[in-house]
Amino acid sequence: MIELKNVSKTFNANTINEKRALVNLNLTIESGDFITVIGGNGAGKSTMLNLIAGVFPCDSGKIMLDGEDLTRLPEYRRAKLLGRVFQDPMRGTAADMGIDENLAMAYRRGKSRGFRWGIRREERDLYREKLKTLELGLEDRLTSKVGLLSGGQRQALTLLMATLQKPKLLLLDEHTAALDPKTARKVLELTDEIISRDHLTTLMVTHNMRDAIRLGNRLIMMDEGRIILDIKGEEKKNLQVKDLLELFEKASGSAMDNDRMLLS
Amino acid sequence: MEFIQSLLAAMQDAVAQGVLWSIMTLGVYITFRVLDFADLTVDGSFATGGIISAMLVSHSVSPMLALLAALLGGMLCGFVTGFLHTKLEIPGILASILTMIALYSINLRISNFASNVPLLGVSTIFDQFGSVLKGVGSNVISLIIGLLFVVVIISVLYWFFGTEMGSSIRATGDNEYMVRALGVNTNTMKIIGLVLSNGLVGLSGALVAQNQHFGDVGMGTGTIVIGLASVIIGEVLMGHRFSFAYKLASVVVGSIIYRVMIAVVLQLGLKSSDLKLLTALLVAIALSIPVMKRKLFTKVKPAESEEEPND
Ligand SMILES: Nc1ncnc2c1ncn2[C@@H]1O[C@H](COP(=O)(O)OP(=O)(O)OP(=O)(O)O)[C@@H](O)[C@H]1O
Ligand SMILES: [Mg+2]
Repeated sequence: MIELKNVSKTFNANTINEKRALVNLNLTIESGDFITVIGGNGAGKSTMLNLIAGVFPCDSGKIMLDGEDLTRLPEYRRAKLLGRVFQDPMRGTAADMGIDENLAMAYRRGKSRGFRWGIRREERDLYREKLKTLELGLEDRLTSKVGLLSGGQRQALTLLMATLQKPKLLLLDEHTAALDPKTARKVLELTDEIISRDHLTTLMVTHNMRDAIRLGNRLIMMDEGRIILDIKGEEKKNLQVKDLLELFEKASGSAMDNDRMLLS
Repeated sequence: MEFIQSLLAAMQDAVAQGVLWSIMTLGVYITFRVLDFADLTVDGSFATGGIISAMLVSHSVSPMLALLAALLGGMLCGFVTGFLHTKLEIPGILASILTMIALYSINLRISNFASNVPLLGVSTIFDQFGSVLKGVGSNVISLIIGLLFVVVIISVLYWFFGTEMGSSIRATGDNEYMVRALGVNTNTMKIIGLVLSNGLVGLSGALVAQNQHFGDVGMGTGTIVIGLASVIIGEVLMGHRFSFAYKLASVVVGSIIYRVMIAVVLQLGLKSSDLKLLTALLVAIALSIPVMKRKLFTKVKPAESEEEPND
């Protein structure tokens, strides 16, 4: 169980550029939850994920994971609990290193790294097997440099890396937004498959309303640093895009503003 | 004929020098190519290594121990830069400039305020080796010792950068963001890389000092540019491909070719005081090749509106 308690974050405090990105946010994520997150530009979605991951510290509030207080833990120490895929396909992989080397880095997430050899032989078989499940033919290119892969292939690889060691929470921040529609669909299907196969607790930001409704068991909508909607179970299953838009207007008092939001 | 003869003699010397300096170049390769960090500490730590070993040898410490001390001294220099950069968050180049400047004073302290520490009447590692292999020319002795060190160092580096820790350092230079997300303390990795790099630079300075029979507080000036020039020459000549060991070897080749080129231009009548200008030009040209290619070979396009960054 992950809890955000009264979490706030303001960027550039006390300057003219002051921006309250999160305002006293409370969220409890139950184990096994697959939560989709939507909201307009600048609503604070990425900030929420970055705070959980420890990219920057909270101004106030607490972040707890299974009773452990993460609030003051540096980013690299939290990594053993978290799997992350970013919007930018370049961010999740090391371009100048081989597919196998990238996977080996991910395989040791949260473990100490000493003077043992960077990749053991039997690992390669495991990686080949895992890569096969992506159905991208990457299992035959184990030592190719990741820089040679397409954005979609890199994103699929990053997803595999994030889940190679089962994370307590998987953080996906618009991880298909930079891909062409067909590839995005493929990566999203893969995401859904992996999440349900491994029963991963997940927080997925998306700008596609249909995907947000279709996937996961819970949907939250954010606006101006707050959670303005939290819909689960049966209610979520019966949701329509136009209901969401209406709910948004009612809760925020204005129309949804997201230039990348796909309404249909 | 005379010209050819003196050129040949100069070549021999150049190759030996190239090998001794290549140990420094390997250090520069670690920061510049592996960690993607322009580390100016080396201008200081090269002299630190040279001065430490000259002082120790002139006080009758065994030359081998003096080399070890220089290695450790260089490592400490790298640690200081790493600390300034990662813990105090001073931008990398500036952090390394601070260490470099501080080392000018520190090196003079180590040398007891002598700008030059001669090694007269004491035997260096080259003299010791030379007395075993009687009749072998001094350039050949230098070359053999240099190569021995280079082979050992490349083997150790090849092993180290294949380990879990070494892979994490390589990945840090490649994509720091990912490495942190995978649970590695990237600050520690940068510090280790800088320590390793400057250790090699200090060792190289120590070998050069013993080889030339003096240490000089000014001997490190321009080291970074020489290192960069050597790395780039090696890459241009040997290509980017193949294994890590191959890349390390091409760094050594680059260092030798650099010395040979210098020897040739000196033979052609250039003053040795012109060399820094020449080296700087070489590096500037080599580093600008990618930009030149882009500017010359891509048609001018109307400016596209950039997409807003959004996280
Ligand atoms: N590092 C930062 N420095 C300053 N301001 C920031 C920073 N990161 C985010 N912000 C600001 O905080 C607000 C929330 O940003 P955030 O990236 O969380 O929005 P988002 O919901 O992810 O939006 P999008 O849909 O555009 O990705 C925005 O106004 C943004 O400009
Ligand atoms: Mg965002």
